[in-house]
Amino acid sequence: MQMVQELAEVDEIIAKYGGDKSAIIQVLLDIQREHRWLSKGVLKEVSQKLEVPLSQIYHLATFYKAFGLIPKGRHSVLVCLGTACQVRGAPRLLDKVIETLKIRPSETSADMRFSLDTVNCLGCCALGPVLVVDEEYHGKPSTKEIQEITTARE
Amino acid sequence: MPRLKSATDLERLKQEILARVDGKRIVSITNGTDGKTRHSEAVVQAFIDEVEKQGLADKVIVKSTGCHGFCEKEPSTVIFPEEICYVSLKPEDAPEIVSATLIENKIVDHLLYVDDDGNKIVHESEIPFYKYQSRIVFGNNRLIDPKNIEDYIALGGYTALARALLEMTPEQVLEEVKRANLRGRGGGGFPAGIKWETTRNAPGEIKYVIVNADEGDPGAYMDRSLLEGNPHSVLEGLIIGAYAIGSHQGFIYVRQEYPIAVQNLSVALEEARRYGLLGPDIFGSGFDFDVKVHRGAGAFVSGESSALMTAIEGRVGEPRPKYIRTAVSGIWERPSNLNNVETWATVPLIINKGAEWFTGIGTEGSKGTKIFSLVGKVNNTGLVEVPMGMTLREVIFDIGGGIPGGKKFKGVQTGGPSGGIIPESLLDTPVDFDELTKLGSMMGSGGMIVMDEDTCVVDVARYFLNFLAEESCGKCVPCREGIYQMLKILNRICEGEGREGDVEVLEEISEVVRDFSLCALGATAPNPVLSTIKYFRDEYEAHIKERRCPAGVCKALISYYIEPEKCQACLICLRNCPVGAIIGGKNLIHVIDQEKCTKCGTCFEVCPPRFDAVTRLSGAKVPEPALAGTEVARKRGEKNE
Ligand SMILES: Cc1cc2nc3c(=O)[nH]c(=O)nc-3n(C[C@H](O)[C@H](O)[C@H](O)COP(=O)(O)O)c2cc1C
Ligand code: FES
Repeated sequence: MQMVQELAEVDEIIAKYGGDKSAIIQVLLDIQREHRWLSKGVLKEVSQKLEVPLSQIYHLATFYKAFGLIPKGRHSVLVCLGTACQVRGAPRLLDKVIETLKIRPSETSADMRFSLDTVNCLGCCALGPVLVVDEEYHGKPSTKEIQEITTARE
Repeated sequence: MPRLKSATDLERLKQEILARVDGKRIVSITNGTDGKTRHSEAVVQAFIDEVEKQGLADKVIVKSTGCHGFCEKEPSTVIFPEEICYVSLKPEDAPEIVSATLIENKIVDHLLYVDDDGNKIVHESEIPFYKYQSRIVFGNNRLIDPKNIEDYIALGGYTALARALLEMTPEQVLEEVKRANLRGRGGGGFPAGIKWETTRNAPGEIKYVIVNADEGDPGAYMDRSLLEGNPHSVLEGLIIGAYAIGSHQGFIYVRQEYPIAVQNLSVALEEARRYGLLGPDIFGSGFDFDVKVHRGAGAFVSGESSALMTAIEGRVGEPRPKYIRTAVSGIWERPSNLNNVETWATVPLIINKGAEWFTGIGTEGSKGTKIFSLVGKVNNTGLVEVPMGMTLREVIFDIGGGIPGGKKFKGVQTGGPSGGIIPESLLDTPVDFDELTKLGSMMGSGGMIVMDEDTCVVDVARYFLNFLAEESCGKCVPCREGIYQMLKILNRICEGEGREGDVEVLEEISEVVRDFSLCALGATAPNPVLSTIKYFRDEYEAHIKERRCPAGVCKALISYYIEPEKCQACLICLRNCPVGAIIGGKNLIHVIDQEKCTKCGTCFEVCPPRFDAVTRLSGAKVPEPALAGTEVARKRGEKNE
């Protein structure tokens, strides 16, 4: 049932771009935002509707960082590893986050609570090193703050 | 609003807008990405509410703008016409500012910027961070609500477009840009006019113009701030370029990691269409043009021109060999002209003020201004726009206020992953495309990352190579394999397993990667390594020969040690250690279990400065814990606090 619904959403997104093949990256971005990942069923649908071979779509989906081929957790945790954050101690921040969440970058916790990812510059270097939890920005968070931020989320 | 059909329409609208705002105070509040991270949205709302509450709604305009540049102090406000500037605002500050400054014309002392000597500064232009800048491209951000096209028009926006379309031939526009010697702000500094001309003269009816807003350099964000804060300036430049080139379709390639930029841009395009500035017959000139937005899905290499164009076609954004340039054969093999956000935004200025004015700013080979993102270990972090030719020292010390915490300056990385680190001895180099290239770095898109004595340059080189290894598309061998091999060596050096001759091998591989890679990603990838070898060779040698990291960064080469004479057994480090590696207790001197220690540095950070008991050792053996568990002789409570 859920799949039917998901495919309907996909069709809607494709229609928004007028079924234009060249808009495929835009289509995938929209699906990624809605579903938070790209499932095989969904990609097959895109392949059929846009008449783009599935292998090509997988090439796109693995080439670009914005796409994920596994389901994401309920809360997204991002650690910026851009240069400015890097020189201000981002690696140590990342260690602390790994320690707290017990998952590594690109992983999702078994209870689907958190997904941890790293990014390159969010454009708020003045705050660095930056941690973003569900679009909420935290500059230079301490170990205690990280724990508070994460325990507050179900 | 009716479509603008002529220059007269535009002028009339401008006068109407000016009459509407005449005599009103403007409270401009930063509300871009940086501000939002500090709740600027709430600050803007607080001002709107307060102005209403205190009965000033018809005398004061509260403007929510993009970033003003001084990100460190945002959200901040500038109150016009006086240009009174208040920094680091909270929503609670609104009532006081409204009643004191807007009603009683008094300055709110405690919200002013305080300089290093403790002086409070009232006017924005007197703040050292702004004082030495020339914000000809970026300065308008302060007066523009990016979602309101009329703010841009009020400042004379789209008059350059009207002039180009109605008073100049495409050839004249092209000539003006060529005479201005406008060089590309996105990477290589290629003369924009010459590129435009190539596309213009290339065979084919259909041509494209493109804005590169992929901004892949991790640590640079001027393109985002410009697009986010003043999207119409970029759009106006693009339309003018399209006219000169003979293109009727444009693309803006913007990375999806910049949601506010995408949003503001979409609003700007819609408004421009509504006002007749995009679409058929712009200003009644007979020239048609429209633009599509393409969001980039996150790949550094897709910022390269041929890769970006492939991505716009909906394929994987990988570069191709450029026997035929993209200016001749780009998107769908049609002539396509790509320029950076900042390059396009400079075009309207050149058309309005003329090539002579533009070439009056800057150096012999680099004209105009450049926006840099001044970040890292520097006091005043933010976006700075300076005339070409200003020295690095002036940018970092006069504008940036030097290095925080009394630390020593070590180097500055310009040009992002394609650039190099420039040492203290060369700080008097002017910022100029050619001068920076001569030093083995480059201007790049304008990232300027300041590093202090606590930064390990070998580790930084490794960081960039790691970034590039991950971002290399893998299409050509020198880049794919070369960078990987270089990274392996750098990893080894940082892990304390460097070998004699490693530096020489790095140099050798660099040459191959530089000369034989398919695109500039590979061709410039050795820069971070070669520049650090050139200017900081002793640090490589310390790592390799002495197993020592002079900056105390490389984990494998450092240890933490608690000096027994200084330890007050306060338990702070013991409680904070994430892996329980500290042995000790109340009244018992603490000792780090070196086996368990992960060298995270937490103990070093939390040890109260008045005790200063934790030290970082590199290249030296950790002393045996002879005193482990010994009681602290001094009675606690008598001596401490
Ligand atoms: C790997 C790679 C990444 C690039 N990324 C960007 C980018 O993010 N933004 C940009 O404007 N130029 C980028 N460039 C430079 C572009 O290829 C191109 O030179 C530039 O956009 C042209 O505009 P300009 O002449 O106005 O500078 C990149 C180049 C390479 C090789
Ligand atoms: S480098 Fe982290 S926000 Fe820019």
